[in-house]
This record gives sequence, C-alpha cells and structure tokens, in this order.
Amino acid sequence: MADLDADAVVVGSGPGGSTVADVLTEAGWDVIVLEKGRNHLIDPEPPHRLRGEFSNDELKFMHRHFLGPDPLLEPRTYRRSEADGERLAVGEVNNLPSTVGGGGPHADGKLPRFREEDFSLLSARGPVDGAAVADWPVQYDDLEPHYAEAERLIGVAGEAGANPFAAWRSGPYPMSPGPDMFGALLSSEAAVRRGLHPYRAPTGINSVPRDDRPACNDCGFCAHFGCPIHAKGEPVSSLRRALRTGRCDLRPEAYVTEVLLDAARRRATGVAYLDAGGERRLVRAGHVVLAGGAFETPRLLLANGVANSSGLVGRHLTFHFQTFVVGAFPFSLHGHRGRSVTHLHDDFIVPGTDDLVAAKDAGLPWFRGGTVEHGASTLPLQEAKTYPPGVAHTEAMRASVLRDKLWVFTMQGEDLPQAGNRVDLDPSIRDAWGRPAGRVTYAPHRHELAASAHFAPVLEAVLRDAGAEWTITSTSPPSDDLSRHERNPLGIAPASRHVMGTCRMGEDPRTSVVGPEGRFHDVENLLCADSSVFVTSSGYNPTLTLAALAVRTARLLAGDPRRRDGQPNGSP
Amino acid sequence: MSWLTDEQHAVVAAACDRLVPGSGAAGAADYVDGLLGAFAVDPPRIWAGGPFSGRHGGDDGFSRFLPLGRMEELAWRTRIEGSKGLPEREWNGPVVGLQERYLEGLPALGPDFATLGPEEQDGRLAAVPEFAALLYEHACEGVYGDPVYGGNREGAGWRSIGFPGDVQPRGWTAVEVSGRG
Repeated sequence: MADLDADAVVVGSGPGGSTVADVLTEAGWDVIVLEKGRNHLIDPEPPHRLRGEFSNDELKFMHRHFLGPDPLLEPRTYRRSEADGERLAVGEVNNLPSTVGGGGPHADGKLPRFREEDFSLLSARGPVDGAAVADWPVQYDDLEPHYAEAERLIGVAGEAGANPFAAWRSGPYPMSPGPDMFGALLSSEAAVRRGLHPYRAPTGINSVPRDDRPACNDCGFCAHFGCPIHAKGEPVSSLRRALRTGRCDLRPEAYVTEVLLDAARRRATGVAYLDAGGERRLVRAGHVVLAGGAFETPRLLLANGVANSSGLVGRHLTFHFQTFVVGAFPFSLHGHRGRSVTHLHDDFIVPGTDDLVAAKDAGLPWFRGGTVEHGASTLPLQEAKTYPPGVAHTEAMRASVLRDKLWVFTMQGEDLPQAGNRVDLDPSIRDAWGRPAGRVTYAPHRHELAASAHFAPVLEAVLRDAGAEWTITSTSPPSDDLSRHERNPLGIAPASRHVMGTCRMGEDPRTSVVGPEGRFHDVENLLCADSSVFVTSSGYNPTLTLAALAVRTARLLAGDPRRRDGQPNGSP
Repeated sequence: MSWLTDEQHAVVAAACDRLVPGSGAAGAADYVDGLLGAFAVDPPRIWAGGPFSGRHGGDDGFSRFLPLGRMEELAWRTRIEGSKGLPEREWNGPVVGLQERYLEGLPALGPDFATLGPEEQDGRLAAVPEFAALLYEHACEGVYGDPVYGGNREGAGWRSIGFPGDVQPRGWTAVEVSGRG
C-alpha cells in the first residue's frame, strides 16, 4: 500500500461502481471513485450532504443535457451494419447519463430480478440461428443472496409473491410499494381480464422514510429526472455509505483515458485520467474496477488495446428491443401524478404454447418478449414537439391525446446477442477531449421483431379493453423503413438506455472477456462491475442484476484479506 | 437581458405566435432572448437551480442558476455562439451557433413580419424551413418550459392546458395518484 493511492480505483460512479465502493469500503478497503461527469448529487466532503440541484424542470433534464453526456461534447455514432458505411447518425445514441450516480438518478428505479431461466437460456431453450445464445457462468441460485443484499443496499419497495413468474427469493422486500397510479389500475384490471398477471413493480424508491431519506411524494417527474427530495435510492444510498466510512475518495470530472498495465500486461497498476482542468493525473491502485457502463467500458478498453485477446471486447452488444403500445383514452389519466410506471407483467417472458407456435411460424425455435411496463406519458414540452406547428397546436395541447389521456405499455423485449452488434471506435468522429467517439453497430435479430409483432396486438387489445378509443404500436429501433422516421423523436438508433453484453462473462477466455468472478481473463486484477458482463439481455431492466453482480464481485475480492495485495482469487 | 433588439424581439414573438398560437403572449421571445444571451449573466441562464421553485412551498431555488463546468461552458458557448473558427471549439469541425442562425433567419422573415397577415407570414416562414423549425422548437420551449427561463409567463402555458407544472415539495397524495379525476 505504501506506493499505492488506493486498494482499488473504480471507474464510474453509477449503480455498479457505487455498489463496489460500498462493499469494499465496508470491508476496510481504501477506494477512489473516478467519475467522468459532473457532480449534482452529493458533497464528496463530510458530512456528505445530498445536493439540491435536481428539480421538476423538463427543459433542464430533457433538452439541456443536465445529467450528461452532452452530445456535442461526447457524440456517439450509429449504423445498422457495415453496409451503412462508417455511420448513419452522429450525436445522441443511447446516452445513459454521465454524472455522479451514473444511470441511477435519471431512472424511475424499476428493479426486478431476472428469472432462473435467464441465466441458462441456451440449456433451457436451445440455440437460435444467427444469435450467440449462451448460458451464464453464474446461476440464479449463486446470485440470490447478492440480489437480496442489493435490494437492501438500494432500498427496493416491492411485493413478494405478487408475480407468479418471479424467481424464488429468500425473504421479503425491504419496503412495500407506494401508491398505484390511476392509469395502471385500469390497465392492470384489463390485463387480468385477458389472463395476464400484472403486479406492483419493484422500485428503488422509498415508500416510507428509510436510509435517512424521505418517502417519495409521487411528484411525477420521475423517469428521466433526478429526484429533488432524494427518495430514489439508486445509487445514492451506496455512494453515501461508502463516503461516510471515510475510505472513499470521490472525484467527479475525472475522465479516465488509460488503464495502466505492468510490462507483462498481465496486471493493472492503475489508471490515468484527465481532471476538470484537463490535466493528466495518475492513480496507482491494487485493483482497477471498470464500471462505466456497457458503452464506455469497451470504448476505454478498445482505445487502450487492453484485455481483448479474445477479440470480443465490444461485441455481443444488446439493448432491449422496445415495443411501445399506446392507447388514447376519452378521459384524463393524470399520469403526471406518480412514479411514471407502477405496474409490470412478465407473462411474455415465459411464452406459452400459442406463443411458441407463433415462433415456429416465424421460423424460430422459440421466442421471448419482455417485461411490460404500465406507464404514463407525463411531459408537456415533449408532447408539444410532437404536434405539427400552426393554428391547431393549442387545441391539440388542450385535448392532450398524447399526454394526459395517453397510457403506454412498454415491452422491454429480450434482445438476442449477435457478434456483429457491437461498440467500437468511430474512425473519425472525436469527443471534445480529442478522443475517438464510440460507435454502435446494431440491428435486431428477427427473434426480436417476431416477438414484438406477436405480443403487440395482445397489448393493444388490453388497452382497448381498459377504455382506450384507439391504440397504436411503434418500436425502438424502428422495425420498418427508416425513411419514415426522419421526424421520429426516438431516432433511428435504439433509444433504450439498457445497454449490455460488451464484455461477455464466461469460463473460456477464447469465447468470453470476463471470468465468472468479474475479473478480466487477460488482466488478473482488472475487474468489471457493470452490465458489460451480461451474457444475455433477458427481458428485465438490468440495474438490479448488475448491482447484485457488483456485490458478488466485490465480496469475492474483499472477502479474504490476503487478496488486498492484488493476488488473484482461487476458486470461489 | 436583451440580446435581441426590440425589432428582432417583435419578429421572433410574431413568428413564434404563428407557429404555436399564444406563444408570443406567453413570452416565447423572452425565452429566446434568454437563451441567445445566456452568457450575459454569470452563472449563465442554462440550468436553473433546485430543488424547488417556491411555488408550492420551500424557497425559490430555481432562480439561482447553476454554474457550468469548464467543458459544459465550452459546449454551450459553442452551441449558442458557434465555433467562430476557434480550434478549441472545432473538435468535429465548424459549428453554426444559434445566434448566427437567428441573425441569418430574422432578416429573411423581414422587419415587417409582425405587421403581415397570416398567409404572408406563413409564406415567409415556408421560405426558410430550417429556421422555422428552430423557431418552432423554441416556441414550444417558450410556452411549456419553466417560467424561470423567460417564457411561459407566470405559468400561462401550463395553465392553458391544465398542467400543474412542478409540484415539489408538495407532491401528490395517494388519493390524487390512484383516484379518478
């Protein structure tokens, strides 16, 4: 430790990095957390006051990039395949926030667990042509205690037993859910009539005062907004606990550019970063933990040529294939009151006989949809920009068919991994620091398209039964001709902020990037604690699973004091 | 605050009003002026503060604008002022700023724009579609964005559609969340 700045340096302060910092500092480790973005969340200095910079302000959060990344400073590029040339779009491409807290503050905090089958998809369902379906090296039973711990660390409100498709769990949720939204009650009742099984969404938002933070007051500015009263626990609860140990040094505006290796390139010695003033600084640490998310982690590794003997860094990129089914009701649903989404149903993750027949008809051995969010449309400025200009604009806003009277089912469809879908470095677009922009090459597999086409009509029928006068379906990315989407507010790239799979986890260093314990195969004391390691995407929001894996990775690392010098673990 | 001249202000107000009726009276031109002249004050008028507006309890934190970081100032100056040939603003080539787009677009609408009839106004807007699209975006923001940015005067835009705007720290009760109406 004499010549080290910390036992571990963590790159990224989102749910993965904050969880690692929480667990390692509790175990007595000294940790430095480097975050590229600004700090609007918490004072790094004692007493670690939670800041008052988040607000109910649509312009600031939705149009002025308050949580970053600003697409002018940090453009990303997108193409569907090599056939599109070097790129099809430049700017905002799945811009998961870049800020202290990472993707936590902007999310509305839905935190479901995966199911048992999600960790063994190849064994359970079998291969699919053109997709790299595989089993995870970690199974649900291994992860269950870490799921339970992640739920406690974040503070998840949910209802055990309410979802018949849920995986087994060792105990109840830390809190009960908060109030149900009016629209979700209507859509849930109709879903039940259809034979579906809606349940109250497990959510990382306080329903009662907890962790020295207040209960949520359902202000409605939830998805996309930082919480003004800090009722959201993800990941501020972990980050604050880590800071309070006195062993966590949080450094915002620290843009990591290099993973430093020893001469043999088998051990990391630390990282180099650019500080707020643009000066290059070094941190020397016993372990380096990458937690910048499944876009930035491979971007950093590829820029450095590190940990890529498999050639798979950046590959097997998955999102969720999002299907939006909207229904327009003849009365107000006041979706601006509540937590954006209060109910889910998972029936389409566990396909029934009819669904599997439809898959066969589509030439697939099977398909799976995803969890369906019962959610609101809440934002007047976003609504205003969807109506054409001119004399009818004001009347359209008053009628508010696309906001106040709208209800939305969003299916987070399982996205099968494909080696050609990937993050790499754009050959010429640069960020404002002069470094190569990340580029997404992505096209959905026909599995996603077939599942979406099959389940969307069911969702349309449910919304009509709930009282909608009309319904319509769209997807992200678009599943039809791109030329129709010039004015698509979601753009042509996947709009999902659920980004996964780019440093796939596995036993075999030839077919995976990270080992079962979260260590990169090529560099023994370099670890990954974000959704880059996901082997398959499941149809569930990824955050709780990445937090549970981060708990596990950090526990395996810190559980034995002899490992503090950076020697590799034995078998767990 | 005034980056726009009085004449320019009148043209912006009339053009916004044609694209989004009522936006002129709601202060859309003041919103545009606040954005184009954001750096006339320190901190600049980019990100309002928090956590509350004071309209529903607590202090008015919104009016205490937040300082930008070094890179954010670079981004917003580049976006508003343009790259102006400065190498440090042209990491991906030249950027035309919002100020330049207004200075080019407003003469095309003509100084007499506010005095024209609806059809003539529509004709002039149609002749500059890209500038009209920008004005439309800003008109929407100037009616339905928070009043602290200069538009949506006294919440008139929100009131006209029955939207309550920000509600912290009051929030909503369980009955208001779950009940009809």
